[in-house]
Amino acid sequence: MISASGLGRRFGDRRVLSGVDLGLERGGFLLVTGPNGSGKTTLLRLLAGLLAPTEGALEIQADRRRTGFLGHEPLVYRELTALENLDLYGRLYRVPERRERTGMLLERFGLWDARGEPVSTYSRGMLQRLALCRTLLHDPELLLLDEPFSALDGGGAELLQAELTATAGRTLVVASHQPDRIAPYATQRLALA
Amino acid sequence: MTGYLGDVAALARKDLLVELRTRDTVPAMLLFVVAALVVFHFALPAESSRLAASGMLWIALLFTALLALVRAFVGERDQGTLDGLILAPCDRSAIWLGKTLSVLAFLLFAEAVALPAFALFYEHVTWELVAGVALANVGIAAVGTLLGAMAAAARARELLLPLLFLPVAIPLVVGGVGATVADDPGRYLAFLALYDLIFAILSWASFEYVVTE
Repeated sequence: MISASGLGRRFGDRRVLSGVDLGLERGGFLLVTGPNGSGKTTLLRLLAGLLAPTEGALEIQADRRRTGFLGHEPLVYRELTALENLDLYGRLYRVPERRERTGMLLERFGLWDARGEPVSTYSRGMLQRLALCRTLLHDPELLLLDEPFSALDGGGAELLQAELTATAGRTLVVASHQPDRIAPYATQRLALA
Repeated sequence: MTGYLGDVAALARKDLLVELRTRDTVPAMLLFVVAALVVFHFALPAESSRLAASGMLWIALLFTALLALVRAFVGERDQGTLDGLILAPCDRSAIWLGKTLSVLAFLLFAEAVALPAFALFYEHVTWELVAGVALANVGIAAVGTLLGAMAAAARARELLLPLLFLPVAIPLVVGGVGATVADDPGRYLAFLALYDLIFAILSWASFEYVVTE
């Protein structure tokens, strides 16, 4: 599903990522590890199509409609409510029965009671839960998650772990510098230096 | 096509909802345009010509529009939500069109106050002026939204946008003032319509390259 050779990215004179080779089959789970500044976020943004590579080749066989990306920012509008945000993304992703799907995800991630509150009133952990709802809303077949456990409390982390490990056939790329929780499920590892 | 228009409507609705909640842009535009017209009223000699008054109105409208354009992509860039829209499977030109429609709505709000104020302080509002403003709005919103997206990526966006936008907006002022004061306004209105058409197509087609890195 993902194939890259010699993949790299420069920002001006600064080389952030270089020489990454990877091949990930459909249904695989790639765990990307490395210290801060090693290029994990850049790699995920390249895979998501938010950045273009400056070196090497990258091929992804996944429909944009079925790709989910969770980055450092929750990618939600702080002035809107959780329902309004998910409704917007549901429309853009053509999610069938989006109201039911939205309600189910908000319930599952413990945000149903806060669904009508502006997102600006959410705590960091609630924002991360909402970001996960947004990422999973369209039932993606390729999930790209950058530090997904950050800001989640114990309950939130367990929910996410269950979501990541339960869905068969979903291809996962997870970047984390604290991989203990999900490392046993990874089928491949990429350590960036 | 229905899906495309649905995306545009959802994106424009989102911008209007955000403005309704924050009231960041439209109140500032209203205050600015009224303040500018009042200041120009006292700055112009009493016997000043219709041409001068018309020019002042167009300057006030252009700078009022800049307020909306500077703010157009601030939320998306500051909160990173532009990435969310770029990742969505909708056509990226729909992002531009949705934003253009919301900017257009903000301009209409400002002009609904500015034109009566112009009539109060200067002279009556003619149909040629209204037609000129309506056509100029389309051009301002179309090209301004594209340039606003370009400027939003820069650190000094508040400085960059006027530098990018004002030279491109000169034909709009020429057409707008011409439509207001010339004996043959039709020629100038046609010029504004042509400007709108050309710049709307260019902006629509090039937006994708502006928002992707």
